[in-house]
Amino acid sequence: MAKMITNSVIDSLSIGYALLGTQPKTPLLSPQKYTKNLFDVIIIGAGVVGCAMARRFTLEGAKVAIVEKASDILDGASKANSAILHTGFDAPPGSLELQCVQAGYREYESIRDELGLVQEKSGALVVAWSPKDLAGLEAIQNQAHDNGVQEVTFLDRAALRKQEPNLSQAALGALFVQGESIIDPWSAPYAYLHQALENGARSYLSCAITNGEFDGEVWSFETSAGVLRSRAVINCAGLYGDLVDQALLGQSQFHITPRKGQFVVFDKAASALVSSVILPVPNATTKGVVLFRTVFGNLVVGPTAEDQESREDSSCDADTLQALLAEALQKLPALAEMPVTATYAGLRPASEQKVYRIETRADMNWITVGGIRSTGLSASLGIAAHVFDLYSTFGRTHAPLQRPETPQANVLADCGPRGWKEAGNSEIVCHCELVTRREIEAALKGPLRARSLAGLKRQTRATMGRCQGFYCSARLSELTTGMIDPPIAKEILRD
Amino acid sequence: MTSAALHKGEPIDVAVIGAGPSGLAAATALKAAGLARVVVIERELQAGGIPRHCGHPPFGMREFARVLTGPAYAARIAERARRAGVEIHLATTVVDILPEAELRVTSADGLQHLKARRVICATGVRETSRAARLISGPRQQGVMNTGALQSLVYLKQQRPFRRPVIIGSELVAFSALMSCFHAGIRPQAMVEPGPGAIARWPSQWFPRIKGVEFIPNSRLLEIHGSRQVEGVSLADPEGQLRQIDCDGVVLTGQFTPEAALVRCGHLKLAPATGGPLVDQWGRCSDPSYFATGNLLRPTETAGHCWAEGRKTGQWVAEDLTAGLPVTQNPLQLLCRDSRIKFAMPQLITGTDQAGGMTHVQMRVTEAVSGTLVASLANRPIWQKTIATRPERRIRLPISKLTAQARSGSIELAIQDSLP
Repeated sequence: MAKMITNSVIDSLSIGYALLGTQPKTPLLSPQKYTKNLFDVIIIGAGVVGCAMARRFTLEGAKVAIVEKASDILDGASKANSAILHTGFDAPPGSLELQCVQAGYREYESIRDELGLVQEKSGALVVAWSPKDLAGLEAIQNQAHDNGVQEVTFLDRAALRKQEPNLSQAALGALFVQGESIIDPWSAPYAYLHQALENGARSYLSCAITNGEFDGEVWSFETSAGVLRSRAVINCAGLYGDLVDQALLGQSQFHITPRKGQFVVFDKAASALVSSVILPVPNATTKGVVLFRTVFGNLVVGPTAEDQESREDSSCDADTLQALLAEALQKLPALAEMPVTATYAGLRPASEQKVYRIETRADMNWITVGGIRSTGLSASLGIAAHVFDLYSTFGRTHAPLQRPETPQANVLADCGPRGWKEAGNSEIVCHCELVTRREIEAALKGPLRARSLAGLKRQTRATMGRCQGFYCSARLSELTTGMIDPPIAKEILRD
Repeated sequence: MTSAALHKGEPIDVAVIGAGPSGLAAATALKAAGLARVVVIERELQAGGIPRHCGHPPFGMREFARVLTGPAYAARIAERARRAGVEIHLATTVVDILPEAELRVTSADGLQHLKARRVICATGVRETSRAARLISGPRQQGVMNTGALQSLVYLKQQRPFRRPVIIGSELVAFSALMSCFHAGIRPQAMVEPGPGAIARWPSQWFPRIKGVEFIPNSRLLEIHGSRQVEGVSLADPEGQLRQIDCDGVVLTGQFTPEAALVRCGHLKLAPATGGPLVDQWGRCSDPSYFATGNLLRPTETAGHCWAEGRKTGQWVAEDLTAGLPVTQNPLQLLCRDSRIKFAMPQLITGTDQAGGMTHVQMRVTEAVSGTLVASLANRPIWQKTIATRPERRIRLPISKLTAQARSGSIELAIQDSLP
């Protein structure tokens, strides 16, 4: 029954799990270590799905460890998305995706105030830019109704103009989906995992799994943090989900082909130009390019949809960015005078099929959550609840926590109680995003402290504004000396 | 000066946003003109603006008739302002500008409103970021503007890389080069898309610049390396590629006014300069606001901005005492040639009263030689032969325009020389 995977197998797959240290010195199943570091469940991957998973399992009473190879959480697919909480109005009817998106939406709203999460119900407009688009709106409205999303109204050209006067004259009409919301794509998953940790879960960051075996009851993993054991495993490895399955189960039910999405962020002044999320009428392969405001006060256009083999390369391409800009300008002509603040690209873990690939291996106490392409942020809480139900069929029961701790999310939204608004804020370090020294120092402390500049940016927004670090890089380098890797700069040693 | 004092005391006559050369000069001039309370609001922990982190000469020739380093110059202009009675409030940030000289300001005291009789915006310029240049590649560490490099090198004694490539050849690119040498950083090359260096090279820098390859006619295509910079790809006009190994990229110049407050506030913006729309006194669309220094237009030297700020201070003092002329129908300057990057001021209040800027300041987007023509209703009213390049100062005397017209639109265009 035991399944042995050798280091060389994992290595040859080059799945990005760095081999740290030397070979195991003690047998994996040494009895003295058997109860130490034994968890009910190990979650592989701390993206938005892994974070929500850790929270759900912890609240259900399971002893949870979450293992992440990167130094900071949300470092793969979850680092770049459209930051929208979807209603599921356009999800495939009857699909697991629809079920999870809607359960995720409901749970987000139910825990929003308790955890201090941000939600701005901006609504979304599915805009028709051609007569063909216009003819297609009715089907989308019917689909929304079938999906249980009732607050969908048709706006004719005049009504649309009234609601979004800056939209191009070429817009022929739209469907207004009232419930679509904009949220903070990083503070929310941080809050999920924080709640898990506050209630007893353990996190292992910069933790590479180099070997794993299952003895019929317990999984033992050789990792860069030592041996970790668990009775069950939830694979939330996102862009590496298939490779983790191959390496540890010997096979994967799907293959991930990363789909790159590039985005352009406009100057904050641009966010006054639209009130709702502007969606196109989707085609068969993609939801298309979206214009959306963020809770940080920016306006963003994206994503593109470009399939590629690399699971790491999230580089931008000048020509594609120019094309995105042109498309944005066409829809919102006033953007012509708006400078670009930032560009970014993310990778969606797309599989051969559009559907979620949630695969259960009851014989191995293993569940794989794969192919969460583009609705992961919206659906993560729903996926976690669904996976917990699947896990329950493995036969283990837990006593749900009666009074779980509810740590407050770190609110970075403009509307929130930001540090710069308070007396005694000491010093503003990042002027464009008004990030205080206190906020930066706080992000460098605790179990989920920023260990890279990218992690610090996600936790504080430092350097993410207009000047992109022109004014604050030096101060930030000073404040983070010895705390982040790679460092922004090193001391000049005179010899 | 602690920020606590900002919200107490006598009513504020003039609040200056930004303690760089132009802001400090304006404030100093306002005190010299006899105004009771002049405050400068600065978000950084130190006054002085950009020169604070330009650790090399030459600064101060115009103001102090001697050659200073940037930090020494910054300290001197701040000291001169303080001695004149200007209050400088550090670590204090204006987060919003509101109609009729009202500001929303945050500091250690928290968020507060502040009212003045006039506001002078002197928030300066910064270089265009990597993102805004739409350069291909992942977002590695080790790509930065000269401003960030200099702050690291001169203010924090840190270096972000050892072998960078410098992009651009405006004056600031040579400043980046000097900063690199100071920190023991060895630039691999200086890359310029045009046929030659944009700046006139300061002659005293020549010996140091030798040894760094100057690569003209080359565009930065892509920055390589996943976490840290590992190299760059350049392309010449024929599409020939060249790769250079390096561990950093300094993106110099392409200055743009730091006009966030204007963009997100009620003042009209001039898209061509990226700063506020102004008349010849630097007066904005809300006449309780003025602008000065590099916020008006990219970009001039610290000494030029200091002189500009001093004049703005005098004009604002004049506005508060005698009042500057007002008109419903100012003369508008319109650029009708894509080769004209901008012309500033954008409006001229037609008046018999002298004063204000004496010249329209212009820049071109490419090397041109021809005749600059100003027309009113398709009738040329002024012209001048020019042979110039980007980032070179072009001046057009305002009195020549106001002699011909007091309202309407003056169109500016360039007629090419016959070959």
